[in-house]
Amino acid sequence: MSETILSVRDLCVYFEIRDEGWFPEKKLLRAVDGVSFDLEAGETLGVVGESGCGKSTLARAIVALVPATSGEIRFDGQNLVGLDAEQLRQQRRHLQIIFQDPLASLDPRMTVGEIIGEPLRSFFPRMSAAERRTKVIEIMQRVGLMAGYINRYPHEFSGGQAQRIGIARALILHPEVVVCDEPVSALDVSIKAQIVNLLMELQQVYGISLLFVAHDLASVRHISHRVLVLYLGKVMELADSDAIYRAPRHPYTQSLIHAVPVADPRQARARPAKGLEGEPPSPIDPPSGCVFRTRCPYAVERCAAEVPALRQVGESRVACHLAEQIQSSS
Amino acid sequence: MAPATLLEARQLTVEFTTRGRVVHAVTEVDLDLAQGEVLAIVGESGSGKSQMLLSMLGLTAPNSRVKGSVRFDGQELLGAPEKRLNQIRARKIGYVFQDPMTSLNPYLSIGLQLAEPLRIHKKLGKAAAAAQAVEMLRAVHISEPEQRMRQYPHQLSGGMRQRVAIAMALVCGPEILIADEPTTALDVTVQAQVLSLLREARERLGTAVILVTHDLGVIAELADRVNVMYAGRIVEKGTVEDIFYRRRHPYTEALENSIPDLSDSRATPLVAIEGNPPDLSAVPAGCAFHPRCPYRLAMCDQAVPPLEAVDENHSKACFYQGELGRGAKAGG
Repeated sequence: MSETILSVRDLCVYFEIRDEGWFPEKKLLRAVDGVSFDLEAGETLGVVGESGCGKSTLARAIVALVPATSGEIRFDGQNLVGLDAEQLRQQRRHLQIIFQDPLASLDPRMTVGEIIGEPLRSFFPRMSAAERRTKVIEIMQRVGLMAGYINRYPHEFSGGQAQRIGIARALILHPEVVVCDEPVSALDVSIKAQIVNLLMELQQVYGISLLFVAHDLASVRHISHRVLVLYLGKVMELADSDAIYRAPRHPYTQSLIHAVPVADPRQARARPAKGLEGEPPSPIDPPSGCVFRTRCPYAVERCAAEVPALRQVGESRVACHLAEQIQSSS
Repeated sequence: MAPATLLEARQLTVEFTTRGRVVHAVTEVDLDLAQGEVLAIVGESGSGKSQMLLSMLGLTAPNSRVKGSVRFDGQELLGAPEKRLNQIRARKIGYVFQDPMTSLNPYLSIGLQLAEPLRIHKKLGKAAAAAQAVEMLRAVHISEPEQRMRQYPHQLSGGMRQRVAIAMALVCGPEILIADEPTTALDVTVQAQVLSLLREARERLGTAVILVTHDLGVIAELADRVNVMYAGRIVEKGTVEDIFYRRRHPYTEALENSIPDLSDSRATPLVAIEGNPPDLSAVPAGCAFHPRCPYRLAMCDQAVPPLEAVDENHSKACFYQGELGRGAKAGG
């Protein structure tokens, strides 16, 4: 394995925010601030963090649904940042996205067949209706939808089935990368497992690479080969899934993992309560130095003065000055 | 001596008629809540958890029919006059919703909203009510409470709003706090904070808590007893240890198997529950879980299994009497 398919370098996505008041001051919201990573062929990279950490913006920037401010998104040797609309459209064939709210992402006035077949219409305008229908039915069966549903409308489906429609639409062009933006967060427990299993199975069948964004650490753990932890738009830690859950290096990763409730009453009640206090500060006015220092139990003076670089410590890449001293106890 | 029963529902049934179809949201539910305990209600969306609780407080929609009996402190709540219900809802039973914005008024400052019940129901003066509201904000760990009193809901983060909603529910010192999916919309870190707040309410104020959730992790952290609901009925009830270590209903087992575990590696497939939760206007005959159940017997689509005791505090509604474990992760 390990042929890099998508390579992100120093990606920044900033939004201009207008302040309130008589003399509005323009401010920058740094949603994604200097993120770099590689996605290997056939790999699933999980992206986790609290709300507002920039994970959804990162997902959308990769498929160019929000413009990148600077940096590179290199796919197939070509930098997607700065491409014109037509060049981008051509690349989008290979880069697809699945959204969090499955029903909201489906046009209520189109039938399932039209929704799933639309990418074919767009990229292969000369394909005959019959051929398109064959392909639509094939992918529907692949994702566990009965072919008989082809003429139904989105409102007739449950959340789990609607998410299958979204997955079918994303896969019909046989993309190389699928960005999944919280694809199971809105689903019921039992359905969540069905969709996670389906995504893993489809990855096997089609050899696609997945960027799996979620705040549910257990699902991410389950589906990902590697995990990227984001905080205020910056990468805190990047490591193999096993390593990150067994021995998290960054204090933020440690707190995130510790906060996940354990579905075992004796274990849950035996462990010490040492939760993270407060909530992330505003990305408009982030702390100096290490952005996590205001909530970090280990912060020292250096953390306020100097931005920690992402560096290799043990099995992880970590952005923390104290990574060597901090015991991973989770 | 066992602690006194605070809230008791018997044969509680809630039905709705929409577009000529009858939706059986809750069917013949018995529920008991003792003083100071945390009772968890677990089930998927559409299993009737919220409607069951809303109906107890007379909060269901006008097209609903509620039957059975709900007693609070020995007094019947179903059919009680609105005035009486209002008093109970304000002073005795606090309610926290999933989305804090549904319980906060966007037009009123936090201070006004928190002080209002104290002024109306506790007949406190303006200054005394405000002082107590500030105390309450401090109790739910809101920083700079005096300043927050002047702010409006939209100026607070989601986690902070949920804390304010909990403060509002607790401000009149209720005996019961109903928390309906209080952490579903929150991040794990904030969820942990909210859960420890609920724990504090129970420990410091002795408030009994009914916690509605679909997250078994949350239950393991907090609950004393658990009721598992499926398609409007309670299918298993017991202590938290019964439910996690001695579960007897196939649905409970399936729920537990379908949650990913942080200690599982990628190689362990999740055991999904096949199919979808039933449509409450067309509940399968017999046991509603039978179409999805790996232990299904011939009789399961014939009759509804009664809730029967398997142990002193543990009961299940299932005809299958054998061992579970068929769908288990290990070796399954």
